Amino acid sequence: MMIKEGMMSKRILIVDDSASMRQMINFTLSAAGYDVSEAEDGMDALKKMNGEPVHMIIADINMPNMDGIELTRKIRTHADYKFIPIIILTTESQSSLKQEGKSAGATGWIVKPFSPEQLISVVKKVLG
Amino acid sequence: VSEELNRGREVFREEACELLAELENCLLELEESPDNKEMIERAFRAMHTLKGSGSMFGFDAIANLTHEAETVYDLVRKGRMKVTRELVDLSFRVIDRIQVMIGRKEKGTSADNAEIEEIILSFKTFLSSSLTQHQEERKKFIPSGDLEVMRKETSVTYRIFFQPDPDVFLKGFNLILMLNELAQLGRCTPVAHSDGIPDLEQIDPEACYTSWDVLLSTTKGINAVKDVFLFIENNCQLSIHSIDRSGILDSEEAHKHLSSILFERRELNEQDVEKILSAGRSADVLHKTKNRESEQQSTAPLQKIANSSTAQLPEVSSIRVAVQKLDKLVNLVGELVTVQARLSQAVAFRDDPEMHLIAEATERLTDELRESTMNIRLVPIGTIFNRFRRLVRDLSNELGKEVEFFTGGGETELDKNVIEKLHDPLVHIIRNSIDHGIETPEIRIKRGKKRSGMLHLSAEYSGANVLIKIKDDGAGIDPEIIRKDAVEKGLIKEDAALSERDILSVIFLPGFSTSEKVTKVSGRGVGLDIVKRSIDALLGVVDIQSKKGSETTITMRIPLTLAIIEGLLLKVGNNQYIVPLSAVEECIELTREDTAAAHGRHMINVRGKIVPYISLREIFQTAGNSPEIEQIVIAELNGRRIGLVVDHVIGEHQTVIKSLGRVYRDIDLVSGATILGNGKVAIILNIPKIIEYMESEEMTGAETN
Repeated sequence: MMIKEGMMSKRILIVDDSASMRQMINFTLSAAGYDVSEAEDGMDALKKMNGEPVHMIIADINMPNMDGIELTRKIRTHADYKFIPIIILTTESQSSLKQEGKSAGATGWIVKPFSPEQLISVVKKVLG
Repeated sequence: VSEELNRGREVFREEACELLAELENCLLELEESPDNKEMIERAFRAMHTLKGSGSMFGFDAIANLTHEAETVYDLVRKGRMKVTRELVDLSFRVIDRIQVMIGRKEKGTSADNAEIEEIILSFKTFLSSSLTQHQEERKKFIPSGDLEVMRKETSVTYRIFFQPDPDVFLKGFNLILMLNELAQLGRCTPVAHSDGIPDLEQIDPEACYTSWDVLLSTTKGINAVKDVFLFIENNCQLSIHSIDRSGILDSEEAHKHLSSILFERRELNEQDVEKILSAGRSADVLHKTKNRESEQQSTAPLQKIANSSTAQLPEVSSIRVAVQKLDKLVNLVGELVTVQARLSQAVAFRDDPEMHLIAEATERLTDELRESTMNIRLVPIGTIFNRFRRLVRDLSNELGKEVEFFTGGGETELDKNVIEKLHDPLVHIIRNSIDHGIETPEIRIKRGKKRSGMLHLSAEYSGANVLIKIKDDGAGIDPEIIRKDAVEKGLIKEDAALSERDILSVIFLPGFSTSEKVTKVSGRGVGLDIVKRSIDALLGVVDIQSKKGSETTITMRIPLTLAIIEGLLLKVGNNQYIVPLSAVEECIELTREDTAAAHGRHMINVRGKIVPYISLREIFQTAGNSPEIEQIVIAELNGRRIGLVVDHVIGEHQTVIKSLGRVYRDIDLVSGATILGNGKVAIILNIPKIIEYMESEEMTGAETN
């Protein structure tokens, strides 16, 4: 039996050490009807996910405690979350990191700075 | 949205300030130990975040500036460049610039822009000179086909072959979404090839075995098609060919026909296409109805494994609250304390046990609430200590002195308002210490001291106060010079008998400046009286000690909080007074005999020590006669003890400090007032000022004798 995923509100976890960044993304995604939660770094993200339904992760790469790459690796080995899309936030000067993120298991990336429209289009792309 | 953006900007500003402070600390550390990996990492991260958030909120100049800095630090991080003095200096300029930029909203002046340009240029030359082989990758991928849309009238038909890697689901891809995305571009007919799926025994339910051939007729252009596969392009085999640009294949029949060919042969040669194209006009297309699997995904049911243990970390979370909200809370708690005092008093005269219980419970809760509220406002003083490291660094560079700066007790907590008000006085004192106190390396060596001077800034708790000490091992202060100066300026009388401590405290008087020459750094025509005034305003005390030639210590004693204090309630006639409990040592009785025994001198023997006392009745010229037995409250401050004579000592009182308003501004014996439970006003006494007042009275008294 297939459960139509589109029927329930999808939960996106934003992982970024910048409060302003989180706020911006949160606002944009909430306005688009997604259920959004926030975490400050990889450690915090894992702690907050713990058993909760999370359908997608948007994570910065450079963060204290646990960076976005490490977080991606961890999630890909987690039974509950290994199939969820992970989008990493990069800047144009970090294309090598983007590659590293991909090989760690990230689904895609968004280059900072981005507009709310670009953000939504990426989320729609990987999450629907 | 614009309102939201503005709010975001506010958050960004706050955040930027924190990041800049962080960056500054890292830089200072790096200056000491240029190879400190952790600091390099932290500096990089701070710049990175500044850049990212800056550009999100429209601070493009900040983003540009940090972009260059970030690039350099990225290379440092990767070990391809070294931290040098020049780099640190340049980075400090970046910090200064950004501070100006966030303070001044978005728009900067042209002078700003010139400096930004210059800094950016410096970074660039820095880059090219220290690292010629470095080539920056500047690939920009923004997945938005819309930007490159070329509206074409006729649709182009593509044949897309798409075979995802088996592990594609473990990268978080949802293939259905991608096929849907393709379908949104135009007429889309996917053909799924399931022949790669192995037997049930060998199947890995988490792997993808399916591949697709997709016919797509779209007017959106090739880039829009490629964008669909943007993220997955390295995790799949993908080929996109255009097979027709005339638009003829954009029909249901053509799609049907071609898809069936694809399904059977997985090939589409030119003849096939050509046949359809020519047949397209005749509208007689061969129909072949075969099963067509449209969209298929091999998502096997995923087993949910019970949650294994996840790392348990101590919860360290905080929220940002506007200071105004806290101030309001503190005010409300203050009001509550007052009301609670009234309640307790009202109940005290009633024989109603139940009301007593309620009043007691309220009192307990109010106490706790007050305590917690005050705690919220406490922040570690280390936050401002760190700011001074930069000051010390810049000053000593400017003055050609070498100064080692040490801080201690940074974890000592003080009311946030108090800490902010401490900033300026501390800057003043530190400037003075470096400018006048610490000698140049040459002189120091001549005097047999270490080449670099030491400056200690420390904080510690002392009862309900915090002691902040600034100590340097510089030239010290010569009391004789101070005395001479002060006499010249008419601040003290030539024959005044003053202790060394009194003479030193002269430097805090208005109009006194210790410097022989005016320097750019501290000789601004404002003396240390500013410091004293600021500390007075905080109900604190400042004290100076110095050993000529070897050291100077300035001590500030600051009450923990400004809003509510523990007080001792006193009564004289119909007036009530509050003395901060922290200043009170003990209360003793003063009988008429004691007074008579002292022969008119206001002195009392307290267990062998002579303590001068003063009557509040006299100071405040209260009407009425004093009772047979009066009370003396012994207060102690910086080693000086005085007695305050009152009619009655009523008891401890939670005192919510209210300012008396402008009219009473010049009455410095009083530091505020409070409202008592019965609605009456009690005056809060300013003990340091009363001590000063007494001493000056004594002096004039001594002179007239």
